Amino acid sequence: MRDPLSKKIKNIEPSGIRKFFDIVSEMKDAISLGVGEPDFDTPWHIREEGIYSLERGRTFYTSNAGLKELKQEISYYLKRRFDLEYDANHEIIMTVGGSEAIDAAFRAMLDAGDEVLIPQPSYVSYEPCAILADGVPVTIRLREEDQFKLTKDQLLEAITDKTKILVLPFPNNPTGAIMTKEDLQEIADVVIEKDLYVLSDEIYSELTYSGRHVSIASLPGMKERTIVINGFSKSYAMTGWRLGYACGPRVILDQMLKIHQFAIMCAPTTSQYAAVEAMRNGDDDVEQMRNAYNQRRNFLMKAFREMGLQCFEPFGAFYVFPSIKEFGMTSEEFANRLLREEKVAVVPGTAFGECGEGFLRISYAYSIDSLKEALGRLQSFIERLRKEKETC
Amino acid sequence: MKEQILNAISKNGRFSTEDLAAMLATDEETIRKEIKEMEEDNVICGYPTLINWDQTDCEKVTALIEVKVTPQRDMGFNKVAERIYRFEEVESVYLMSGGFDLTVIIQGKSMKEVARFVSEKLSTLEYVNSTATYFVLKKYKEHGLIMTKDNNESERMLITP
Repeated sequence: MRDPLSKKIKNIEPSGIRKFFDIVSEMKDAISLGVGEPDFDTPWHIREEGIYSLERGRTFYTSNAGLKELKQEISYYLKRRFDLEYDANHEIIMTVGGSEAIDAAFRAMLDAGDEVLIPQPSYVSYEPCAILADGVPVTIRLREEDQFKLTKDQLLEAITDKTKILVLPFPNNPTGAIMTKEDLQEIADVVIEKDLYVLSDEIYSELTYSGRHVSIASLPGMKERTIVINGFSKSYAMTGWRLGYACGPRVILDQMLKIHQFAIMCAPTTSQYAAVEAMRNGDDDVEQMRNAYNQRRNFLMKAFREMGLQCFEPFGAFYVFPSIKEFGMTSEEFANRLLREEKVAVVPGTAFGECGEGFLRISYAYSIDSLKEALGRLQSFIERLRKEKETC
Repeated sequence: MKEQILNAISKNGRFSTEDLAAMLATDEETIRKEIKEMEEDNVICGYPTLINWDQTDCEKVTALIEVKVTPQRDMGFNKVAERIYRFEEVESVYLMSGGFDLTVIIQGKSMKEVARFVSEKLSTLEYVNSTATYFVLKKYKEHGLIMTKDNNESERMLITP
């Protein structure tokens, strides 16, 4: 029989998170600090709007790009929150989560051999999606001493004449790093000079704790070079609704829309109606959740200081990314032992790129009580490791 | 800082000073001082526990009573309200807009006890013109907390990207 598979897909590794998930699922009664989604339920008024749309029988397709009123609300929202201006008719497409938007953007923009710069550690799908679009992923290894920001020098070093797209994943999963306006301006200067495009994944844009998020697309000369990706999953606790969007110049979006139209048709209708409600009346929910995350972030940072666990202070998303280099084992070994010995699940930093080695991703999308319990266990584990090391 | 503290403890009065200090990135001394001030200023009035008595063997009956009163010269409704809220069995008293004046919520051991309170204590008060009593059949939510037991087992996956 012929090989049913393409060489391209066979060469792509499954997500490192998946592997760890399988181990954790076998452990009964493990407590987890491993989720990449909010612990809150979607606010009721948003859920209720979804239910209402089902009751009304709105079970049809929407237009390919999405509900007009939703795109209009998003356009207002982006203006009021991030000073971004997008035309609701031609510059916004509703997608099935931010993930679909990443895939469609790569497919619309890459020719075989075009290079995509991917700062890591970062979300697991940029690299495989770039490969699937015949692009060549090029990793930029972000460093803890730069607070996991992308620096101008690192960017310049990675650029070749094949480079076409720079992925900008901030606020960052898994490090929690953010880029300020000044940081972004330095990057934007290079992008313009070298004639690159930016895929700015801003799915965590509402979760920043030291001032409002800045989008690189709001900087002069950058709108026409940037695809902004955002969505409802993180800010409104709507992961399961699978609703995201892409904004960008019409020349690119028109082509992304073709891919979306043929591959997907349209984003889920119920989710789109619920999202209209989120855009109109959801600002307070976001504020409340942001406050709760910030309290937990403070709580974790203090606990780490007391444990003597080295961790740079992250100001975005809902992750901290402590270093475990002092224990002299790999992230995976550490995570495995922590799971076996204390039944606490965390994700090894290496799931987000090789340069995540020596780090763990710890999510604080958990109640203070759960965090306390997990931190207690982490502390006894660390103390045991330090003792082991002494006696060696 | 005060607002942040109130926000944090409004749904959970059991956070320790230490927890609050960590959550709000400040020191315990500050938390203690702010809370003490708010207690003295009557911003924080107490720390009761939300109990779902239906889940216990204790018999409790709650009734909501609409009360029409004659306000008193110089003191308006306050004096009348005080005469009412001083009673042990009274849980809450609110001054209302609309068709009646005071909402009185009372809790007793039995319907009989509640009935006795209304007929003997409340309606006999000078200035109370009329009462209408409604018994509570079931409590679903109080103080922003849902009292019916959800099946709270989390269905979320333990690890997600």
